[in-house]
Amino acid sequence: MTMNAILMLGPALLTIIVLFGGGLVLGILQGMGYQFSSGLSQLTSAHFVSILLDPDFFWSLLLSLYVSITSTTIAAVISVPLALFFSSIAHRNRMVQFVFQIPLTVPHVVIAVAVIFMMSPSGMISRAMGSLGMISNPSAFPLWINDTWGIGIITAYVWKEVPFITLMIVSVLLHTGKAYMDVGRTLKAGRVQRFLYITLPMIFPSLGAACLIVFAYTFGAFEIPFLLGRTHPILLPVWAYKNYSDVDLFARPEGIATGIIIAVVVIVSIILSGLLARYARNTAGIGRT
Amino acid sequence: MRLRYLLYTVIICSIVALFIPVVIWSFTYQWFYPDLLPEQWGYRAWEYIFGPAGTQITSGLAQSMIVAAITAILSVCLGTPAGRILGLYDFRLKNILSLVIILPVIVPPLCVAMGLHLWFIRLGLTESIVGVVLIHLTFCLPYAVFVMWGVFANYNPEYEDQARSLGATPFQVFVRISTPMVFNGMVVAGLFAFLLSWSQYLSTLIIGGGQITTLPILLFALINSGDRPVAAAVSLVFITPALLALVFSSRYLGKQHLTGIQ
Repeated sequence: MTMNAILMLGPALLTIIVLFGGGLVLGILQGMGYQFSSGLSQLTSAHFVSILLDPDFFWSLLLSLYVSITSTTIAAVISVPLALFFSSIAHRNRMVQFVFQIPLTVPHVVIAVAVIFMMSPSGMISRAMGSLGMISNPSAFPLWINDTWGIGIITAYVWKEVPFITLMIVSVLLHTGKAYMDVGRTLKAGRVQRFLYITLPMIFPSLGAACLIVFAYTFGAFEIPFLLGRTHPILLPVWAYKNYSDVDLFARPEGIATGIIIAVVVIVSIILSGLLARYARNTAGIGRT
Repeated sequence: MRLRYLLYTVIICSIVALFIPVVIWSFTYQWFYPDLLPEQWGYRAWEYIFGPAGTQITSGLAQSMIVAAITAILSVCLGTPAGRILGLYDFRLKNILSLVIILPVIVPPLCVAMGLHLWFIRLGLTESIVGVVLIHLTFCLPYAVFVMWGVFANYNPEYEDQARSLGATPFQVFVRISTPMVFNGMVVAGLFAFLLSWSQYLSTLIIGGGQITTLPILLFALINSGDRPVAAAVSLVFITPALLALVFSSRYLGKQHLTGIQ
């Protein structure tokens, strides 16, 4: 590489590596009990071990996995037919396209506020049911916020992630879809056959890649479960921050260690997603994912 | 086709409907259960936000703006040259580099912020705008690099050679050819880096130590305080830049999609 290229790439790369890499390395060290005062001599895996043996951690992990997998699955099931619909129409409606992208940019905090106003016991849905005489007071309304099954959290994530997955699949369908479908049609494949044997295998790797990203993202996000979740058990990122900010300073390394565990899960999902995306490129000859 | 318009309506409604209660609450004076609309409408929340009592909120707005603007400008300044190299040249380490750039965008800022906190305390960077900008750069900069990489993948450097062969100086080429050709991309990268920083809650809280009170931090406090009209109005103020960014980028990028932004 030339000097020029290094000068252009270097500053950005160095900043990312120092801040991001540094943050993770320092996180791992602190999760192993490192403090500036005591130095590197007393590194221990005790915090990681005690977390992994903690039943609270186990329930948080289970709840986090449940919420992320459920919301990703629901989002994917909605996204596939939507993507097929969008890619099948030649003339794009700009208004729909614009509105469809709104969830991609809305901050999590605002989605949480909107979900509370909509789904809480005194929210819009409850009011509608109350005015219709279906329920007599807010307490008769089923618990959808701060509930056992994370209905509010899952709703918020599905609302946010459907456009992301849909647009990823649409771009695959638009880049490669037509030619293969024409071949299928020439060979007299019916509508269902074309969907099962052409469309589905074609979008599958990209769908998988998109789902893994969404899974990773929901697995590590803090705001929505913090605002819409129960107080016990809590989702993993909330658990990590709760320990980190605990007045008991011994809880702090455990909070950081939990953060590292979350990061590992997220990084593994992203690497898998990247492998799937590359596989998609190589098999279908798609320009980008 | 009727089915198409039915589907369009369903899509638009399911996205827009979520905000209807937020808009109504922001103009509410009194709203009893189970009424579907407020008993008394009013501008109390809006007057509060922008009135003399709401200095905390206007200062939060200013702090958010400052942090996000500095983060976005730095992201674009550092990200554009990096994106150019990644977009135009092929080299061996590129696969690894793409991973290094995508990871910070998706790995939760929580993990990184907790790790950096102690170090930032030592360097005296906590409770300061600089520290918060640095923690936001962790994911805004890679995002900008990623966008500019895409922009430069469709860039034809031969225009620069042509200008050079016609006698333009390198500086002229930079100002008259290179920059205008990727300017729209830079605007979009900047807008979304701005948005990513603008939406941050937890990393700002950890590194800012409660001293840097950006809008999301105030919004969290408002949600817990139970003043629904004010929380609703602040929420609406809070999503305005997101909608503006979307309008601009859909104009600039035309048909290209905005996938990747969370």
